[in-house]
Amino acid sequence: MTMILSVTKIGRAMGAAALVAGLAFAAPAFASEAGGPVVETQSWSFAGPFGRFDKAQLQRGYKVYKEVCSTCHSMNLVSFRNLADAGGPGFTMDQAKALAATIKVKDGPNDAGEMFERDGRPSDRFAAPFPNDEAARASFGGALPPDLSLIAKARAVHRGGASFLGDPFTLYAEAGPDYVYNLLTGYVEAPHGVTCDGALQYNQSFIGGTCIAMPPPLTDDIVTYDDGTKGTVQNYARDVAAFLMWTAEPKLEARKSTGLKVMMFLIVFAGLLYLTKRKVWSSVAH
Amino acid sequence: MSGHSTYTPSNGFTRWIDSRLPIIRLGYDSFVAYPTPRNLNYWWAFGAILSMMLAVQLITGIVLVMHYTPNTLMAFNSVEHIMRDVNWGWLMRYMHANGASMFFIAVYVHILRGLYYGSYKAPREILWILGVVIFLLMMATAFMGYVLPWGQMSFWGATVITNLFSAIPLVGDPIVTWLWGGFSVDNPTLNRFFSLHYLLPFVIVGVVVLHVWALHVVGQNNPTGVELKSEQDSVAFTPYATVKDAFGMVVFLIFFSWFLFYSPNYMGHPDNYIPANPMVTPAHIVPEWYFLPFYAILRSIPDKLGGVLAMFGAIAVLFVLPWLDTSKVKSATYRPLYKQFFWVLVICGLGLGYLGSQPAEGGYVVASRILTAWYFFHFLVILPVLGLVEKPRPLPESVTAAVLAKNAAH
Ligand code: HEC
Ligand code: HEM
Repeated sequence: MTMILSVTKIGRAMGAAALVAGLAFAAPAFASEAGGPVVETQSWSFAGPFGRFDKAQLQRGYKVYKEVCSTCHSMNLVSFRNLADAGGPGFTMDQAKALAATIKVKDGPNDAGEMFERDGRPSDRFAAPFPNDEAARASFGGALPPDLSLIAKARAVHRGGASFLGDPFTLYAEAGPDYVYNLLTGYVEAPHGVTCDGALQYNQSFIGGTCIAMPPPLTDDIVTYDDGTKGTVQNYARDVAAFLMWTAEPKLEARKSTGLKVMMFLIVFAGLLYLTKRKVWSSVAH
Repeated sequence: MSGHSTYTPSNGFTRWIDSRLPIIRLGYDSFVAYPTPRNLNYWWAFGAILSMMLAVQLITGIVLVMHYTPNTLMAFNSVEHIMRDVNWGWLMRYMHANGASMFFIAVYVHILRGLYYGSYKAPREILWILGVVIFLLMMATAFMGYVLPWGQMSFWGATVITNLFSAIPLVGDPIVTWLWGGFSVDNPTLNRFFSLHYLLPFVIVGVVVLHVWALHVVGQNNPTGVELKSEQDSVAFTPYATVKDAFGMVVFLIFFSWFLFYSPNYMGHPDNYIPANPMVTPAHIVPEWYFLPFYAILRSIPDKLGGVLAMFGAIAVLFVLPWLDTSKVKSATYRPLYKQFFWVLVICGLGLGYLGSQPAEGGYVVASRILTAWYFFHFLVILPVLGLVEKPRPLPESVTAAVLAKNAAH
């Protein structure tokens, strides 16, 4: 018996030791991650279960995108008609038409077999600034300005430690727009000893490295807002980040409002099933 | 358990059917009259939850295929077309992607339930083995499904995992070329993965039928691990189990919906919203979360072939588990030491999962090695030895006796 006990005691001690050792070796991960990209979370109207886009903000963001970002970045997944979609920036179809008409689109072939240029229609995608990726790279020393359609879902900075465990409870799902905002406002003085080659710029929030090939795109008053909002870099960055969240997730509002209905139904249904279950089982000890 | 059928057709039409194809009888015997232990807890609802999730994956998957294009040039944009232009397409796509994660959460709970209550022991060995087969098929299906949207993680995950086969001596490289249908992951690879991703779920359906058949022959285990002895140990499946399972399923749907509607990209990787690019390797290639423990085991072994063997070995031990555990007592409730080792194994699995998500360097590798060693030590050494040395607590006379004793204590 004593031998038996000691065998199991040894086993248990080994199990505990293995766990402690395993976790101890992994522990530095929770402590470190300092020195990574700086991303401060922002407050967004579209966060949380009841979040909705702020239409005026999306319209301002569209203006920033169009006047600044679209000179370098494509947005191939979004059409002008989407600007008038429910749950979007809330342009009217006429406004969307007028915006589409500002671009020229190569179409064809026509009956004579020739390509021709026509005015843009709502069904056309936003115009890309470069004919292909190679042309874009050639203009930026080899760096490619990525297509922005999905960028707000294609980037996320780990906020370090075990914060990912809390996210399902707080429903934090805005890592993308937070990143875009921080990137656009992240062109600070390079720390001592850090230098960037040639046309590269130091950016404290860039995930891809220390220096970025995108020159600071925003300066105060570079875009004139129509609704009187102040033209500051922070406002531009926040508005365009919100706009990019919409281009990445155009059905966000439909998703959250459907979710609310489904949740209410399921919770009531679960309550009724629970009562039924209690009734059914009341006569059986279990 | 698979005793005499008590079904009596109630009218001429059902009598006519019953004498030609007794399918109503089969349904009645399996899901109405079937005796189920009276003391099951909610961990037993996960079988029903898994069946529900399998149906969810099949239905959403079939709808997705109506709009998806399996071609490297169009796959990524066709998924975005589903998200943007197809009516309710975003719902179908997010249900299918999050549904896969939910399916794995449910299957891990279901497997751990089996481990805790000793459901793999005689007479349920075949039932258990069929379960492990389902688990393997699920992993293959999910892996190939993740390749279909043709994002960066799709492409690089496929490249890393298919490359593992090159570790096989002599024929490794030709096998990889054969799997790819070329000299890299490319359009032929995408096409065959699409074909198999459509096929395997139906194979899973087939194996689930066998699994449930085996279940209905040997009967369900229960929290005491004591086999049913008399009629009063059980209740009829309907209404008792039906209503309890239904409640469990709806609660699980609430959990599912929480992610589906409010954080649908939480379980995914942002890089998969970047179209696949064979020229750009992502900084960290990580598989979907449900593969992470196995990925950690793979990378813990310094040798490629050794890593692959360890990874498959981690699942292979589950096949022989019924013969590794030497204890006659099933339920951990009556096995004070096994209970502790069970929880150590759970923490070990979670630790491996975390390590699988981290870069394979420094302390992470050392930690993965320790936990991998523990994983195998648990199955290959502890379980055989424990059955011989552990002194179990006295078992209840019967399920009913256990229930009455518990209720008396309250
Ligand atoms: C002068 C051209 C130019 C303009 C204008 C510009 N960008 Fe960029 N952008 C680039 C280039 C080049 C890169 C690639 C940087 C690299 O990889 O180093 C880039 C990269 C990015 C990235 C990706 C960073 C990453 O994590 O990989 C984002 C996001 C971005 N730009 C957003 C914007 C937004 C929003 C605007 C408008 C406010 C904008 N850009 C305006 C040239 C530009
Ligand atoms: C598609 C996946 C699966 C489905 C749909 C499924 C379905 C079911 C159902 C409906 C039951 C009866 C209810 C219950 O006892 O929970 C069950 C029981 C069981 N399953 Fe599964 N199962 C799946 C996967 C697995 C896997 C992967 C394993 C193990 C590796 C497994 C092992 C078992 C065992 C041992 C039982 C009997 C348990 C007991 O009665 O204690 N199953 N399964």
